Amino acid sequence: MSTAPLIEVIDLTIQLNTAVGMLEAVRGVNFSVADGKTLGVVGESGCGKSITMLAIMGLLPPDVVISGSIKLRGVELVGMSQRQLAGLRGKRMAMIFQDPMTSLNPVMTVCEQIIEAISIHDRQASQNAKRVRALDLLQLVAIPYPERRLKQYPHELSGGMRQRVMIAIAMANDPELLIADEPTTALDVTVQAQIIELLQRLQRERKMGLMLISHDLGVVAGIADEVAIMYAGRVCEKGPVETVFDRPHHPYTFGLLESLPKIDRTEDQLVAIPGSLPTLSMRPSGCRFHPRCNFAQAICAEADPALETVQDPLTPGVVAACHFAETALYTDQGAGS
Amino acid sequence: MSQSVAITAFRLPNWAKLPVIIGGLIVLFWTAVVLTINFWPIDDPIEMVAKRLMPPSAAHWFGTDALGRDVLSRTLHGARLSLLMSCAVIAAAVGIGCTLGAIAGYVGGFVDGIIMRLVDITLAFPPILLAMAITASLGPGLENAAIAMIVVWWPVYARLMRGQVLTVKVREHVEAAIAGGAGHSRTLLTHILPLTWSPILVNATMDFGQVVLLAASLSFIGLGASPPTPEWGSMISEGAIHFYKWWICAGPGIAILSVVLGFNFIGDGLRDYLDPRSR
Repeated sequence: MSTAPLIEVIDLTIQLNTAVGMLEAVRGVNFSVADGKTLGVVGESGCGKSITMLAIMGLLPPDVVISGSIKLRGVELVGMSQRQLAGLRGKRMAMIFQDPMTSLNPVMTVCEQIIEAISIHDRQASQNAKRVRALDLLQLVAIPYPERRLKQYPHELSGGMRQRVMIAIAMANDPELLIADEPTTALDVTVQAQIIELLQRLQRERKMGLMLISHDLGVVAGIADEVAIMYAGRVCEKGPVETVFDRPHHPYTFGLLESLPKIDRTEDQLVAIPGSLPTLSMRPSGCRFHPRCNFAQAICAEADPALETVQDPLTPGVVAACHFAETALYTDQGAGS
Repeated sequence: MSQSVAITAFRLPNWAKLPVIIGGLIVLFWTAVVLTINFWPIDDPIEMVAKRLMPPSAAHWFGTDALGRDVLSRTLHGARLSLLMSCAVIAAAVGIGCTLGAIAGYVGGFVDGIIMRLVDITLAFPPILLAMAITASLGPGLENAAIAMIVVWWPVYARLMRGQVLTVKVREHVEAAIAGGAGHSRTLLTHILPLTWSPILVNATMDFGQVVLLAASLSFIGLGASPPTPEWGSMISEGAIHFYKWWICAGPGIAILSVVLGFNFIGDGLRDYLDPRSR
C-alpha cells in the first residue's frame, strides 16, 4: 500500500454541464504528489487549478462529469460515494481556502470550530481531550495567546490569525495530503510570508504531501519541489521547480516568468502576455495557447501538442506540451533571454 | 472627565428607542394579564353583574354589554385566549415552515419544487379567505380556527427560511465544513441554520399581532370562539349589533390595537437591532 504515491491524478478530464452544453474545464491532467513533497500548481484565474483540486476533494456538484483517475494511496476516488468521500475529507486530505475572512463559521468560537473538525472524524474523544487537542493545534500553528484565541469568534481575529485557525482546523485530524487553494492571496505581504513558512514547517514536521495552488510564482519557487503550470484546462509544463523556472520550455511559462517585475531591470513597462485566457466555450483549435504565443506556427493551430518529456540535457524530468518545446525558446535567437 | 462618565452611564442602549419601550411595556402588560388574571379583583366575565348596556362608570370602567357582563373583565380574560392561541399558532407555523423551508433550500431540486409549489398555492389565496374556508369546512371552533391559521401561516416561514438557507449554503465556510468531512445533517444544523434565525425571529414577532387580528376576525364572523367564551373578536361582533353603545366594542378593540401595535414596535426594534445594514 505505502508504495503507491500519496495522490496520483491520471488523465483527469472534467466537463461542466451548462446551459450551452458540455464544456471541458480540464483535460488530460496528470500529476502526482509523494509524501513530504510539495507540488505547486500555477496558472491564471480560470485555467482549471481550483476545479482540479475540488475534484480531488470530491467537492464538485454531481452534474459535473469527471473522467480519468484520482488515486489516494492507490485507492480510486473518482466514482466513490459521497459518504465514503466525506470520511476521507478532513481526515486524510484537508483543504485550506483562499479567503480566511469568509471560510470560518461566524457564529462559532475558534474552539468550537476546531472541536467540530475533530469530532467529525473522532466520535469517541471526550470533550476535554478535544479541547486539549484544540489548544495544541493552535500552538502548532503558532498563534500567540492560544488560550485566549480559543474563546474568540472569527470576527475578533485578523486575516493572518484566521488563516492560521483555518490551517489548525485542516491539521486537526493529521491529514496525509493538504491542499492549499491560494492560501495567501487575501493576506498582507508580510503575513503571506509567515503563512507560507508555517505551511512549509508543518509539511516537513508531519511529512505531509502539500499541493499549493497559487498565482504567485515567487511563493511557488520558494516552497514547492515540483511545479505544474496550467493553461486553459491543461498542464502545459511540469517539472522540478528550479529547473522549470530557470529554463522554461513552454512559451507560456516563459511569458509568466517574463511578466514578473525584476529588481535588476529598469524598463518602465512590465512585460505582459498579450490577449487573455480563452473562455470555456471558445477554446482555440490546436494548441490552446497559440493565439497568444509569439512563437506560434501553422501546426500550432491544427494539432494539440502532447505533454512530452523535453529533450534537453539541462532540464531532466521536465515535461512540456509544445510543438517547439526544444527549439522555440533556446535555438531561436528572437527568444530574448 | 467624571461628568462625561456620569452622562454616558445614564444613556440608554442604542436599541431602546421610544416605540420599542412602548411596545415592550404593552407586551409586558398583556403577559402579566395572561399569567395573573385569575387573581385580579374584577368581575366574573361570564356572569351578569349589572344592568345591560350600561355606559362606562366607576363600578364598570368599560361599561356592560348586552347581557349585563363587565366589558373590562371580559376584555382582560379574552387576552388569555387570544395570546395563547397566537403563541401556539406562531410556534407551529414557525416550526413547520422553517423545517420544510430549510429542507427545500438545502436539498433543492425536486423536493424544493414540491415544497415551494405547495407554498405558492397556499400563498395565492388571501389569508383571511383561506382561513375562513378551512375553519368553515372543519367546523367553527377555536381549535379549528387555530389549525386554519397554521395552514395559512407556515408558507411565509417556509419561503423565508428557504431564502435564508439558499444564501448561507453557498458561503465559503459551508464549503470549508464540507471539505472537512461534515455530512449533510451536520452541515445544515451547525453551519447553516445558526446563521438564519434573525429574520425569522423578526417576522414571528411581527406576525404575533397579525395572528391575534386574524383570530379576532374569524371569531367576529362566528368561526372562532363560541359564546359565552370571552374572546375579542366575538365581543366586537356582539357589540356591533348595538352600534351606538360604543363601549362594548371599545374594550376589545383597544386590546387588539394595543397588542398588534406592541408586537409591531418590538419587531421593528428587533429588526433594527439584528440587521447590520440598518444600524
